[in-house]
Amino acid sequence: MIFGITYNQWFFVLRGAGWTIVLSLLGFAGGTIAGLPLAVARASKHRLLRELSGLYVKLIQGIPLPVMMFIVYFGISIAGYDLPALVAAGLAMTFYSSAYLGEIWRGCIESIPVTQWEASNCLAFNTLQTLAYIILPQAFRVAIPPTVGFLVQIVKNSSYAVVIGFFDLTYSARVINNSTFKPFAVFTVAALIYFIICYPLSLLSYRLEKKLKNKTN
Amino acid sequence: MDYGFDFSFLSGFWPDLLKGTWLSIKMSALSLVLGFLVGVALAVARTEGGNFLKKIAAAFVDLIRNTPLVVQTFWLFFGLAAIQIRVPAFYAAIVALTINTSAYTCEIVRAGIDSIHKGQKEAAACLSLSKGQILGYIVLPQAVEKMYPALISQFVLMMLATSIMSQISAQELTAIGYQIQSETFRGFEVYLVIAVIYLFLSWLLRLVMNLCHDLAFPRKKRMNESSKK
Repeated sequence: MIFGITYNQWFFVLRGAGWTIVLSLLGFAGGTIAGLPLAVARASKHRLLRELSGLYVKLIQGIPLPVMMFIVYFGISIAGYDLPALVAAGLAMTFYSSAYLGEIWRGCIESIPVTQWEASNCLAFNTLQTLAYIILPQAFRVAIPPTVGFLVQIVKNSSYAVVIGFFDLTYSARVINNSTFKPFAVFTVAALIYFIICYPLSLLSYRLEKKLKNKTN
Repeated sequence: MDYGFDFSFLSGFWPDLLKGTWLSIKMSALSLVLGFLVGVALAVARTEGGNFLKKIAAAFVDLIRNTPLVVQTFWLFFGLAAIQIRVPAFYAAIVALTINTSAYTCEIVRAGIDSIHKGQKEAAACLSLSKGQILGYIVLPQAVEKMYPALISQFVLMMLATSIMSQISAQELTAIGYQIQSETFRGFEVYLVIAVIYLFLSWLLRLVMNLCHDLAFPRKKRMNESSKK
């Protein structure tokens, strides 16, 4: 017993923490796969592509993540599939993080001087080659600090999956609280676990940003 | 997939939806104002305070920014219940949102304060303005004006975050949605409608914030207009 909660119950909370990490990784992976083309579309020269991707971003950023979780969750079930909550939560996290990552990375792509595009055009690179060999490798370096920073948001916001009953750290903490009614002990520890995951990422993002600034100045 | 979409449930439930929307608006507005005030106070503590005050404020901000709002809310709401303090969910939600927003506001305003040139403070001191006057008349207005776009984004995020307060049984929009869903079994349609209402609310909040900007900082508006001429 620690703080009136048995080892088994603490272990239960830790298992929830494991699923929080799984969901976060899933959200980040999905967000990367969908966010990269989105960023390129947002920064592209074609007006239609730019506006369509902009609409997607505006839509996702104007809807709360819990509501998105519900939409995906009920959407999957009316489409006739019986999938675990992890899939619904993962999909909702993918929508969410792709919109924000897309915006972050668009800024990074646009921070590369236009002359780089022009120069590679002169060397007869096509758009795809320019992106792959010239622009994205340079944008990648600028993108690392804000992306690490956004990982913190992903980990924290994965807690919104409690609304659809996904078994993560927040959910498991709530279950233990319901059976022991020791909210200060349970939720302090849950917050601490989140803090232990997020704080190093926050620090890393801050350090990387400072390093990048010193290099460019 | 042979699913017939049906939005006819709306006709019977729109008073509930309206009530939920109004509660969400009230909750957001109160937490926004309180969160902003506490956030500015924290930012001042972090830049102008003594060594001890600076450290306390920094620790508070780090702690809040690296833990999820849901856990903070549960900690507060269930914690208060455990020590026999019964707070209506609405007020607990406002306190949780205020604490959360203040930490983010603090960081934004602090960045604004740091960006003000030292010469301005020195000039104000030469005019024998007190420390409080320098902050209130010179530093803070400029800091807030500079960071206004970031503040708008932060407040929109906070407004959207009110949707989690259904978890502590505050009867805001998302909670109403769940209630309708459990009566009609039309979860998908219900939440699509709710998503549209939230989109409208975020548009409305941006509009109101921009109006406030023009009222609070008429100088910039005048400058923009004269530069257009």
